[in-house]
Amino acid sequence: MNRAIWAALIGHWRRNPLQWITLVAGLALGTALWAGVQAINAEARASYAAAAATLGETRFAMLRPTSGDAIAQDTYIALRRAGWDVSPLIEGRLRPSKESPVRLIGIDPLTAPMGLLPTPEGAQAEPTAFLTGPGQVFGPPDALDRLPATVTAARIAAPDVAPNTVITDIGVAQRLLGRAGKIDRLLLAPDQPLTRRPLAEIAPGLELIPPQESADMARLTDSFHLNLTAFGLLSFAVGLFIVHGAIGLAFEQRRAMLRNLRALGVPLPRLLALMALELAAFALIAGAIGVALGYGVAAALLPDVAASLRGLYGAEVSGSLALRPAWWLSGLALALGGTALAGAGALWSLARMPLLASAQPQARARALRPALQAALALGLLGLAWALALWGTGLRAGFVMLGALLLGGALALPPLLGVVLRLSQARAKGPVAQWFWADSRQQLPGLSLALMALLLAMAANVGVSTMVSSFRLTFTGFLDQRLAAELYVTAADARQAAAIEALADGPVRAVLPLMSVDTKIAGQPATLHGLRDDPTYRDNWRFLQSIPNAWDAFAKGEGVLINEQLYRRAALQLGDVIPLAQGLRLPIVGIYGDYGNPVGQVSLSESLFQKSFPQVAPRRFGLRLAPDQVPALQEELTQKIGLAENAMIDQAALKALSRSVFERTFAVTTALNLLTLAVAGFAMLMSLLTLAAMRLPQLAPVWALGLTRRRLALLDLARALVLAALTGALALPLGLALAWALLAVVNVEAFGWRLPMFLFPADYARLNLLALAAAALAALWPALQLARLPPAQLLGVFRNER
Amino acid sequence: MLLDLQGVEKTYPGADAPVLRGVSLRLAAGDMLALTGESGSGKSTLLHLAGGLDTADAGRVALAGTDLTGLSDAARAGLRRTTVGVIFQQFNLIPSLDVAANIAFQARLAGRHDPDKTAALAARLGLSAHLRKYPEQLSGGQQQRVAIARTLAAAPQLVLADEPTGNLDESTADGVFDLLCDLVAETGAGLVLVTHSTRLAAKLPRRAHLHAGVLT
Ligand SMILES: Nc1ncnc2c1ncn2[C@@H]1O[C@H](COP(=O)(O)OP(=O)(O)O)[C@@H](O)[C@H]1O
Ligand SMILES: [Mg+2]
Repeated sequence: MNRAIWAALIGHWRRNPLQWITLVAGLALGTALWAGVQAINAEARASYAAAAATLGETRFAMLRPTSGDAIAQDTYIALRRAGWDVSPLIEGRLRPSKESPVRLIGIDPLTAPMGLLPTPEGAQAEPTAFLTGPGQVFGPPDALDRLPATVTAARIAAPDVAPNTVITDIGVAQRLLGRAGKIDRLLLAPDQPLTRRPLAEIAPGLELIPPQESADMARLTDSFHLNLTAFGLLSFAVGLFIVHGAIGLAFEQRRAMLRNLRALGVPLPRLLALMALELAAFALIAGAIGVALGYGVAAALLPDVAASLRGLYGAEVSGSLALRPAWWLSGLALALGGTALAGAGALWSLARMPLLASAQPQARARALRPALQAALALGLLGLAWALALWGTGLRAGFVMLGALLLGGALALPPLLGVVLRLSQARAKGPVAQWFWADSRQQLPGLSLALMALLLAMAANVGVSTMVSSFRLTFTGFLDQRLAAELYVTAADARQAAAIEALADGPVRAVLPLMSVDTKIAGQPATLHGLRDDPTYRDNWRFLQSIPNAWDAFAKGEGVLINEQLYRRAALQLGDVIPLAQGLRLPIVGIYGDYGNPVGQVSLSESLFQKSFPQVAPRRFGLRLAPDQVPALQEELTQKIGLAENAMIDQAALKALSRSVFERTFAVTTALNLLTLAVAGFAMLMSLLTLAAMRLPQLAPVWALGLTRRRLALLDLARALVLAALTGALALPLGLALAWALLAVVNVEAFGWRLPMFLFPADYARLNLLALAAAALAALWPALQLARLPPAQLLGVFRNER
Repeated sequence: MLLDLQGVEKTYPGADAPVLRGVSLRLAAGDMLALTGESGSGKSTLLHLAGGLDTADAGRVALAGTDLTGLSDAARAGLRRTTVGVIFQQFNLIPSLDVAANIAFQARLAGRHDPDKTAALAARLGLSAHLRKYPEQLSGGQQQRVAIARTLAAAPQLVLADEPTGNLDESTADGVFDLLCDLVAETGAGLVLVTHSTRLAAKLPRRAHLHAGVLT
């Protein structure tokens, strides 16, 4: 009997290959979307890891000798005994014969803070080898190649080490640099024990340097990772909806056959078991296709495939690519899990289908009851609202995101129903009235596809808002804070004077950076002294300003404040604020200052020096041609004795960070297109299925005098109207999603809020794309309708039916 | 001449024999014709050709002076809106519209909607209590009466009815049939009514029988 049932089940697909293809394609595309997003996420992660590595150890607070000497081994041991969680670091330059020097960093792998150790390619790294004997040196391949031949340590490629830098064990480094027993700095682990003796007692010659500003950037990228992960979840939801739709259709289409099988005496449990088996097999096939497709698309989307493939596919085996098992498993798990979820509902309704049920596919049967659905949607949206107001913790943030998503999707059909009913009530002509009434009737059959479209569009709005906001924030941050090509920190007044004197040489401008912490208008804030320079005039973007704000600033007639202070202290342009004893000045400009937790006031250099004569500038920004930076660094080390980590080449860092961003941006744009294409396909599947059920609805209207052409055009218009309405609802949902990510999840995860920018042109383009997708999806069914033989329409009225 | 068929032939694609082999029929305004014939003899096919719903392979179909041969889809649809009213055996109604909207639909398409007349028709057909219901909530007899109301509300010159009472039990069928004939007679429109009941056919002044593809 099993064979006979199989024959019947498979026979249906053989006779309707298109239905089989839509089922498998639906499953595969849902999986592909998920897999593609995962792959792109992984790529973005890898890129950011490389970018973060350039920030190197300045991410951590450190102890540094005030004098400029090395730290003695005994001081290190004393600090550790006293409970300080510190790790030693030495650095220097290895000079190969002619080429530019390679930076060598020696660390202690056992005590180094998390995230500082390099991740080697493959798994050849032996921790013991790192520690003992000639050891191992880690670094990007080109830096390793340039190491002098005297380095006997095994060279291990580690792409996440900063360019032009190699890392090794501190013992090895001391030997290579000829500085046995010396330590340059002590890095502080982020979490220090509460009870430790004060620094001045144990090591009076050391000073504590807080983490560098670039730590903000690391937090920016962390936050970006988190948001991308959230969008991975979103694509998962879109995939689930599409899988659900595909399975539901597959069951509806076979209603007649299933009824016949039951009538012929096939026992229900056996039928259910065989169908479950059949579905599982399809899910596996489709899942495999989907994973491959997702990675194919991801690889095609990423501009530098060579670099990304390594990250995506794991080890390279003799030129052919091996997919990581984890990707396969998660992709297949989605396909199987989604199929199980959707299939369970379908099998359940099959189990309850009366023997004499209508053989006609029933669009209505697949939709929840509208009232129940509306109640569920309201409940979920209410939950999201409540969590946004009162929720705390990252988990609450994600639950809120999920509730918002699902609630929004479930709310779509009832909302569309209301809109369509209102339109019908307002319609004048009979055809318009029928158009709206008929659209209402199509709604249950289309709602899954429309929900998928809604989620896809919301994800697009959300992701483009998030990424674009991020990009603006990030580049704004880079441009404002890191405008100079090289940042240097002087250890003492002698070095500071020498740096100031550079202005006469190759350096176009020396910009001293001075600040004091204070309170402005009751808010903690830092006061900055800025030298009037085109660097600031050209790069700083004002949110609000008076005309000629920079001139007023330079003349000492006003100050600039950052957005944080402006918002927190509720200050206005023109407000006069007390800055120091006897110094009150009006606000002439307000600038964006993203990633900075505290308020900031900038005043002119001369005013600053007059008010705070005790503050001598130690940090400087140097403006010079970017290609002269390495030479200047060399000179500064040689002549002034600046430590390696006292110089930050911001141009290289900025360029790298920006390229990473541009790549992510290009990829998300392409991903948006993919999501829309998948949603469009889901719509096509639904429309094709509905087309068969629609004849009884269309035939009377046709008989009463509407041409097939007109009916087809109306169908096309219906798809467009529904897509447009869905788009209109997707916009607020997408913005709510972006807001939830930027203002709730981000705050919970990182404690600061990312500004949200709106991009109306992007949204308009997205809506046009969605309309195009809907039109494309509706085109084929419409063409079929326009060419339908009249005899087939007349068949609706025949006795035989 | 309201309806003029001459030598009409029709063969369905894939069928081995023609359904109609030279059918000629003339109907003047006010004429009421009962068309009988065995099941599968081509009565519905003939009606569809006469109503411009399908096209003949050969011969001539003229409706209210317009030759349908070679007429565009749009022009034939126009005739269906304004000149003919068709009542099928079943599934006449638009499922997404309620009874009131269904009744008014064709009249509004034809630009002849008159609310008072529609209300009077609905009352005559016993539908006044059901105007807000949807087709799926009505019995078969009620559905057919809505279809009749819709056709007559549009005041077509020619009414084509294809076994309008074929799916109803006998007493209901008689009632609906009489109502239809009375109402059509009142408007002065022409009527071609397909039925396989000789008893009902006998109630109409003109009769024709379709057999082996020709009228007798
Ligand atoms: N669309 C069609 N395709 C092929 N054959 C058809 C089609 N419609 C009707 N027929 C055949 O044409 C013949 C006449 O049908 P029909 O006009 O419905 O007869 P009646 O109404 O007298 O029962 C029947 O044999 C029927 O099977
Ligand atoms: Mg018939």
